[in-house]
Amino acid sequence: MKTLKIFLIIFLSVNFSQLKSDEINNELKNRILKNIRCLICQGQSVYDSESDFASSIKLIVNKKINNGMSEDQVYKFLREKYGDWVIYDPQLNKNTYILWLLPLLLFLVGGAIISKILIFKK
Amino acid sequence: MKNKINLSILFIFLTFCFIIFYKGLDNPNSYTPKNNIQKNLPIFKAKDFITNNNINLASVFTEESYYILNIWASWCVPCRKEHPLLMELSKNQSIKLIGLNYRDNLSNAKKFINELGNPYTQILIDKDGTLAVEFGAYGVPETFVINKNKKIIKKFVGPINKKIIEEIKLIIK
Repeated sequence: MKTLKIFLIIFLSVNFSQLKSDEINNELKNRILKNIRCLICQGQSVYDSESDFASSIKLIVNKKINNGMSEDQVYKFLREKYGDWVIYDPQLNKNTYILWLLPLLLFLVGGAIISKILIFKK
Repeated sequence: MKNKINLSILFIFLTFCFIIFYKGLDNPNSYTPKNNIQKNLPIFKAKDFITNNNINLASVFTEESYYILNIWASWCVPCRKEHPLLMELSKNQSIKLIGLNYRDNLSNAKKFINELGNPYTQILIDKDGTLAVEFGAYGVPETFVINKNKKIIKKFVGPINKKIIEEIKLIIK
């Protein structure tokens, strides 16, 4: 009886950890697929699309995750194949620094103008 | 004086916005891929169309010559249209054509080749489309030019035409 209990505990814990890791992998996969643009669709992510291109990307992302690739490594792989455009969330590089820095610059200039007006009013 | 400065700043800002948006009008709405590329060949295994044996991609591109990799499928209408041009290109001794059969039914693909002829020295099977992704392809048909150093130097999205054939001939000269 005792042996059976131990066996059951081991069996359940192994299965539970397997389920947990599958769940984590699925979450990661969905997060990545939602951040990849379907290049042959109109405004759809790979996650939302059922096109041939999207289903191939879904399969390859799944394969890469199962091979132990991290989220950044998957993005890097896809960027090498299709360029920066394939990722919805653009990285900071020489092509995108204006995109990232301009809002910050406008915010600072706007803040300076407002504070100057307020100081003048006082 | 102060008003003039403010007006000038506003004018410069509006001109800047106008230029940005005006330039944006010229950009196409759809994604246009870069065609001139310098990429290494991907490393993967694929099944051979004729023998069904597993082969390494490196063992396909062994000779020191230019290679053309063409992604095709029997269900793809533009592929049927470009096929006579591929047949013509295959007569050129200085290049080797490799086919990548994309997400296709094998018996339909064989019928396609039997009916229209086989321009390829070797055909690989890409059952789920993942090998095409390794090449950075979007779908079918798509054609890649691979130089003697085994680098992908050019890709043509969509069916090839006579103009593209001339371009390929110029590249391999």
